[in-house]
Amino acid sequence: MTQTTVDAPAKDRARIPARTLRTDRWWSYPLTTFIVFTAWVIYATVRSMMGSSFWVEKYHYLTPFYSPCVSKACPADAADFGRFVPDHLPFFIPYALISLPFLLGFRLTCYYYRKAYYRSFWLTPSACAVPDKSPVRKTPGRYSGETRFPLILQNAHRYFWVIAALISIVNTWDAINAFHGEDGGFGIGLGTIILWVNVILLWGYTLSCHSCRHVMGGRLKSFSKHPVRYWLWTQISRLNTRHGQFALITLGTLALTDAYVALVAHGSFSDLRLFN
Amino acid sequence: MGYKAKFRVWRGDAGEGELKDYTVEVNEGEVVLDVIHRLQATEAPDLAVRWNCKAGKCGSCSAEINGRPRLMCMTRMSTFAEDETVTVTPMRTFPVIRDLVTDVSYNYEKAREIPAFDGGDVKPGEFRMQQVDVERSQEFRKCIECFLCNNTCHVIRDHEENKEHFSGPRFLMRVAELEMHPADVQDRRQIAQDDFGLGYCNITKCCTEVCPEHIKITDNALIPMKERVVGRRYDPLVWLGSKIGVVKRGKSTPKA
Ligand code: SF4
Ligand code: SF4
Ligand code: FES
Ligand code: FES
Repeated sequence: MTQTTVDAPAKDRARIPARTLRTDRWWSYPLTTFIVFTAWVIYATVRSMMGSSFWVEKYHYLTPFYSPCVSKACPADAADFGRFVPDHLPFFIPYALISLPFLLGFRLTCYYYRKAYYRSFWLTPSACAVPDKSPVRKTPGRYSGETRFPLILQNAHRYFWVIAALISIVNTWDAINAFHGEDGGFGIGLGTIILWVNVILLWGYTLSCHSCRHVMGGRLKSFSKHPVRYWLWTQISRLNTRHGQFALITLGTLALTDAYVALVAHGSFSDLRLFN
Repeated sequence: MGYKAKFRVWRGDAGEGELKDYTVEVNEGEVVLDVIHRLQATEAPDLAVRWNCKAGKCGSCSAEINGRPRLMCMTRMSTFAEDETVTVTPMRTFPVIRDLVTDVSYNYEKAREIPAFDGGDVKPGEFRMQQVDVERSQEFRKCIECFLCNNTCHVIRDHEENKEHFSGPRFLMRVAELEMHPADVQDRRQIAQDDFGLGYCNITKCCTEVCPEHIKITDNALIPMKERVVGRRYDPLVWLGSKIGVVKRGKSTPKA
């Protein structure tokens, strides 16, 4: 009897000419993210370089974009952390120059934002099962993810997290200061509430961070041997499932808080006072 | 209740092939795999398709439906409009054997490279594990090895050359599972980065998006694993600590 053998199939992917066969609106997430982030960055850049309308003297409202206010140009009551930076620096140096670069670094290295901008700015990939459209796509071997400089620096995220937590304490201090009435005593206005909502959500964002989750207990091999850290880890994990939401909501509240303080400081309208 | 649906199915072997159009009956309550089976029973008796359980548990029927990586047996026909054309193609990242059947041996090769669980000196029967420790890895054990995550991951889907040094979310998750095991004594953090390519993952979460078991691969396995790798090789304080002897570092396990 003759034996027949079948050749092993050639190792080739199915050749499907269409880039993607997805029929849903996969481009809407990257597109919206692109527009929202770009708009936010433009707003934040303009506002932090403006050097005006950041402080409401009457009620002690300081916008987060100028906190801590460390320039000699800051009003005395707005500068609880000292004024050690000369004024008359070039316009693009913000008054809060000791916090803003770190906050930027914190958000840039955040695992949520990485996903968001890799998808919407880098297009690696813009959506699942949609081919990567970045320039590296054209040169085989060029995609190296986060293994090389500069993206390997994303690994420094935990340090930015520590600094961001310190800055959140400063923001909390600003919110406490905002209980300031017209006569110099205790007072509450809409601005106070806005500052508090913002700072609480900022804490939500900072504490739900993946590095925080790792530090609190994620790094352990055994939870049962560390009940306290296990408890901490479970609490942070609960927040962590909403980390992306916190990231986006705080973008919104930061801009709104700043806009509110700016408009009141500028005198466009007066603060709605609830007490004193 | 039934209706005639328009289907486009990729037919071919060893890479060469094309999308073929079919009109096929659909009844209430059916899933895509039922319709593929009806095609096999009627118009296309030689259509190759891999399946076993029809219950979303064996991980055999992975394919791409309207461009989205999914299990054919878990995709209900009721999610499509009656006049919509349903396109079914094999997974793109793996070589195709015939029609909808792909060769997924890449995944088995990657699985073998991971050093197995090592309980150290614990004797069989002596080891006790607490529920809180079990839970963490239990999430990862839900995996049905459908390889939809590895198929979708752009690191290899769009860059074939990365297959050599990237194990894909499925197996990076396996490494994370072992690293989180309270009784395991090996340290796979270095090889996770050097041999299994954890650094190539840019946490864009497509693996999580397609996982039919809804495992939070990125949040619960890949990111925690990235954090562990940072602790082993990128954290300057840990490095300093190990130089002055405050931090003890064990040996790194080589890949299997
Ligand atoms: S999160 Fe990482 S492993 Fe998962 S699909 Fe994206 S790049 Fe691949
Ligand atoms: S992790 Fe999910 S998508 Fe990946 S092989 Fe397992 S079940 Fe499939
Ligand atoms: S702040 Fe987003 S992960 Fe740390
Ligand atoms: S046939 Fe088993 S998962 Fe679909």
